[in-house]
Amino acid sequence: MQHGKYRFIAGFLALPLIIYAIFVISPFIQAFQISMTDWSGLVGTSKYVGLDNFERLWNSDDFWNALRHNIYMLAAIPVVTLAMGLFFAFMLNVGGRRRKNEVVGGVTGSKLYKLVFFFPQVISITIIAVIWFNIYNPDPQDGMLNSLLGAVGLDSLQNAWLGEKSLALICISAVMVWSNVGFFVVLFSAAMASIPREIYEASLLDGANRIHTFFRITLPLLWDTVQTGWVYMGIIALDAFALVQIMSVNMGGPDGATDVMPLRLYQTAFRDSQFGYASAMGVAMLVVTMTFAVLTMRFARRERIEF
Amino acid sequence: MTIKTDETPKQGVVPGAGSPNSPKGPGSGRGGKGGKDGGVLNVFSHGMLVVWALMVGVPLLWVLWSSFKTSNGILTDPWGLPTSLHWENWSNAWNKANMGQYFINTVIIVGGSVIGTMVLGSMAAYVLARFTFPGNRFIYYLFVAGMSFPVFMLVIPLFFVMRDFPTGSLLTTYQGMILVYIAYSLPFTVFFMTAFFRTLPASVAEAAMIDGASHTRTFFQVMLPMAKPGLISIGIFNFLGQWNQYLLPMVLNQEEKDYVLTQGLAMIALQQGYENDWGALMAGMMIAMLPVLVVYFIFQRQVQAGLTAGAMK
Repeated sequence: MQHGKYRFIAGFLALPLIIYAIFVISPFIQAFQISMTDWSGLVGTSKYVGLDNFERLWNSDDFWNALRHNIYMLAAIPVVTLAMGLFFAFMLNVGGRRRKNEVVGGVTGSKLYKLVFFFPQVISITIIAVIWFNIYNPDPQDGMLNSLLGAVGLDSLQNAWLGEKSLALICISAVMVWSNVGFFVVLFSAAMASIPREIYEASLLDGANRIHTFFRITLPLLWDTVQTGWVYMGIIALDAFALVQIMSVNMGGPDGATDVMPLRLYQTAFRDSQFGYASAMGVAMLVVTMTFAVLTMRFARRERIEF
Repeated sequence: MTIKTDETPKQGVVPGAGSPNSPKGPGSGRGGKGGKDGGVLNVFSHGMLVVWALMVGVPLLWVLWSSFKTSNGILTDPWGLPTSLHWENWSNAWNKANMGQYFINTVIIVGGSVIGTMVLGSMAAYVLARFTFPGNRFIYYLFVAGMSFPVFMLVIPLFFVMRDFPTGSLLTTYQGMILVYIAYSLPFTVFFMTAFFRTLPASVAEAAMIDGASHTRTFFQVMLPMAKPGLISIGIFNFLGQWNQYLLPMVLNQEEKDYVLTQGLAMIALQQGYENDWGALMAGMMIAMLPVLVVYFIFQRQVQAGLTAGAMK
């Protein structure tokens, strides 16, 4: 019996483990190795160069430029997305008209709103990029956004959007917010629905209005979810590869204004064949991601409230 | 941290459903002031919600109606409705722009890897959840750690693992792509299904064993059917993630005839800028979206629950 058990365990684990080890674990370890070589991709030609790639990275203006853009996005996108997600989720769950027998109620059709809001989550990022590429079309008459602004008399706001150095990164960040708000509306709605009604009833009896209710009850009780959402959204903000690659002028332009770390890495590796140097960028990205996750977990920690 | 299974988004506030259990609401006791407060807020919240719904919904509907317009119409009058239905966009996309070929490639790769991920993932998860043996925790955390590796860091070595594979290059092959998709879906699948198998009662499996069923038979005939809700959630999660996958095929699948849909769309969009066959591109995007839309509308609740479960890892 015991013998049969171990044979069964080994039989069930072998294949998944082998596939996982070959395609995930071994590349993870090799990334560190390759980052210390000057490898150009030909078998047997790599030379150990120690930390030279990291030194080069440290002194590279291009890389700092890209990293800076990721940091801007990291600072802005999660705050905006989570705030909007919380706002809409609160509206859906508590914003409704007060009905008979119900102290706090959701708005009519909250299910339909969630269906629509969540939509961008299920379609491919390439499709989102193509749609927004058209919305941002710089032509004053033909561009979707520009012609809309013209039609309502806001011609002064018309812009070249992605072609405008000072706006391009904001335009791309806006797309990331747009596509992720729905995710957090659904996530926070589920969490809000699990907050007991009695707590809301008690606070309303005590004369709290809805704004108080939100900041004193909903937000503290949701803090765990907000915190994990923050990390999740931060990791998305550190990516942005597909949007920048497809939407931006000359991939990362105009004039490097939308360049991001993953795009730098991709081009260094698969356009310039500098695999050692690109791997060093990958290791740097791991460090940035881990630092962000650890700092968030550390500083956002609150005592957990049980309910 | 909690895992949201597909049971979670209890529509706690389904409007109009009333809540028979709550006593006569104290809200009514607050009289006119309370009602007015709710009324103003109701208009305000509905307004904001409608604006956002339009901002999300209209661009997506725009793809649909643009797929019936001429390229010129899309460019010069982006907001205009189609004057007549240009179905040829759809056949152009399918044939001339090769979306048909890309569609078939995607179906083969995603079909193979979703099935593979589900079978291998739940096998590993079952063993890790239900059996104690030396190294159990180590293997579990090895899988779970994979969720935090940035894929960008892995793609460079992965490219060479595939290129220099002992049995011949796996780059731009169906079996290579399927293996990679399975490998990169395993961490979350194992994590999710392990948690799921732990919640299932042990007594049923024990009864099956007493009746003489082998471990393997118990798994396939007793435990897997019981795990169906979990399998549906994680299956949808993997289907959507793999169908929409962009980075892995960009790096590992570089032959044009072997492209998957996301690559094909990106290529058309990148290649010709504003002198494109935009009608065909819009139809191509609809073709790429349709399977996902079908799944989304049928399994709306599970999709939302399944995808948000990913954030709770």
